[in-house]
Amino acid sequence: MKLFMKSREAQLVLALLVLVAIIAFRFPRFIVPSNLAAIFNDTSILIILALGQMTVILSRCIDLSVAANLAFSGMVVALLNSWSPGIPVPLLVIVAIAVGTILGAINGLLVWKLDIPSIVVTLGTLTIYRGMIFVISSGKWVNSGEMTEGFIQMQRALFLGLPLLTWFALIVIGVMAVLLVRTPLGRAFYAIGGNPTASVYVGINVGQTRFAAFTICGALAGFAGYLWVTRYAVAYVDLAPGFELDVIAACVIGGISIAGGIGSVGGAVLGALFLGIVKNALPVVNISPFWQMAISGAVIIIAVSFNTRTEAKKGRIILKAAEAKS
Amino acid sequence: MSETVQNRIVPDRLDSKLSGIIKSWETLLIVVAVTIFIINSFASPYFLDAYNLSDATFYFTEKALIAFPMALLIIAGEIDLSVASIVALASTAMGFTASLGFGTGTMVATGIVTGVACGAFNGLLVTRFGLPSIVVTIGTMSLFRGISFIALGDQVYKGYPASFAYFGQGYVYWVFSFEFAMFWAAALVFGILLHKTSFGRSVYAIGNNPVSSAFSGIRVARVKFILFMLTGLMSGLASVLLTSRLGSTRPSIAYGYELEAITMVVLGGISILGGSGTIPGVLIAAFIMGLVTFGFGLLNVPGIVMSIFIGLLLIVVIAAPIVWKQFRARRG
Repeated sequence: MKLFMKSREAQLVLALLVLVAIIAFRFPRFIVPSNLAAIFNDTSILIILALGQMTVILSRCIDLSVAANLAFSGMVVALLNSWSPGIPVPLLVIVAIAVGTILGAINGLLVWKLDIPSIVVTLGTLTIYRGMIFVISSGKWVNSGEMTEGFIQMQRALFLGLPLLTWFALIVIGVMAVLLVRTPLGRAFYAIGGNPTASVYVGINVGQTRFAAFTICGALAGFAGYLWVTRYAVAYVDLAPGFELDVIAACVIGGISIAGGIGSVGGAVLGALFLGIVKNALPVVNISPFWQMAISGAVIIIAVSFNTRTEAKKGRIILKAAEAKS
Repeated sequence: MSETVQNRIVPDRLDSKLSGIIKSWETLLIVVAVTIFIINSFASPYFLDAYNLSDATFYFTEKALIAFPMALLIIAGEIDLSVASIVALASTAMGFTASLGFGTGTMVATGIVTGVACGAFNGLLVTRFGLPSIVVTIGTMSLFRGISFIALGDQVYKGYPASFAYFGQGYVYWVFSFEFAMFWAAALVFGILLHKTSFGRSVYAIGNNPVSSAFSGIRVARVKFILFMLTGLMSGLASVLLTSRLGSTRPSIAYGYELEAITMVVLGGISILGGSGTIPGVLIAAFIMGLVTFGFGLLNVPGIVMSIFIGLLLIVVIAAPIVWKQFRARRG
């Protein structure tokens, strides 16, 4: 129990409850179940992306290209839909996931086969993927009028009272929870993040595992691309600008160590929800939305200082006195 | 990582000085730069013109001013993703002082002091609290630009005094702009700092092995703190130039500059893992990026398509030597 209270998830749940309680104190309608469900629905895309990013961060890499990947995959299906409305929507979803997977695999291959640091690879592919959107769309927007009704409405269809978008997020959470904790591949992500050298000795192919992480992240980004484009019913070159940083922020707030090897699915989901609640609460408590950016920045800094405090206990620091003096 | 282990293998004999120069990263970059220059001169009749080339320098000088201290920071094993947000916050601060009726001198001082303060804040969080710089600066990236958004909202600061326009629009001599002069001055100062002083040696030492650096008496935390402050200072300076050139301040000013500055640094041959790279490399990389952007601009290529080329250039230039090494290793 004591251990549980110290865990990151418990702290986050507590922080979330306090946050919601403060808002509810002044605006009781904020905690009406339907509103909370709407916030979860609104945060679904961020949750899906955060789980993909988490896989990459666990294996000691980073993927800066998720937002560009999302925008590219979303644009591809939006264009397909506007060109030939006859293509069934489920097929388009598969296309979005496939495109995202390929883009993720390209990142993974460069990291695996050429051993280029992931931050450099994805910095490069981030600009390339963004540019490719312009090339395939010739800079034009795909507006809601050019998309078919079925394409846009699919994620809004209700199942057991909740929109499909919420269910998609729940399914991804479930799959990732099983994948990361219950499969050899999932354990391998943690292993290479914790100690890449030791992982080699126990027979894990570090490069190949990282390739898998990037591919999973890409697949989820592609899926999120379809969801994003249909949620806002528009596709253009600068779709979701800078969203990769929101995704990384959700991971950091959720207690996923940027140094790899530490983090849980629950943490990532809670981290994303934290940002989602802040974003949705600001207009309710009458704070200008311009505050949102500064608030999430401050939250990231606070969250990471908590991360480091919990991580620091794990090893002995030699020469602490000398370091303190320097 | 396997890569770092390979680097520690001591070779049987050292390369001769000449072959060292030929194989060096800077030589590769110069070849790339000259090739781009020649292609550009054939592709557009307007390229080889002193006034046009002078205009081309504006595409990269402000980013390069940030790239130089960033290079030192990355060599020391840290990174600062908040630089573009520092530019925005410094610009907002300058706009605020201008709106209060202060003169050019006070405005420039405000911009630079804001930059230094932001850098010191990053440095404090990283060195004093031992937080990873990549996460801290993702946080301050939101925070600093967020403060600009709170202060400005959807408003714009403009109406800067006429004398302020010199920094971004003035010329020192003939076609040499003030910005271009600052660019060379910064290259010189940071080149000397990194390559000719004991401070520079300690930057390399920290990047290669922070623990052994601490053992050999280098004040690791202090050096890193100074580097963050320098990065803030140069971001403040870049903000003065950019604000003066645009003549207005919006919260979205310099959006995405951090990635371009880092691309410049990495293209310049600075290892993202820390410990190696040179200022001349960054200098040439700045020219390459400027020439590509300007050359494509003359050919009416949209900016976003240029970015594909910059991204490809980044990956290809870094991948090429690795592929070549793997190819040689496979053949024995």
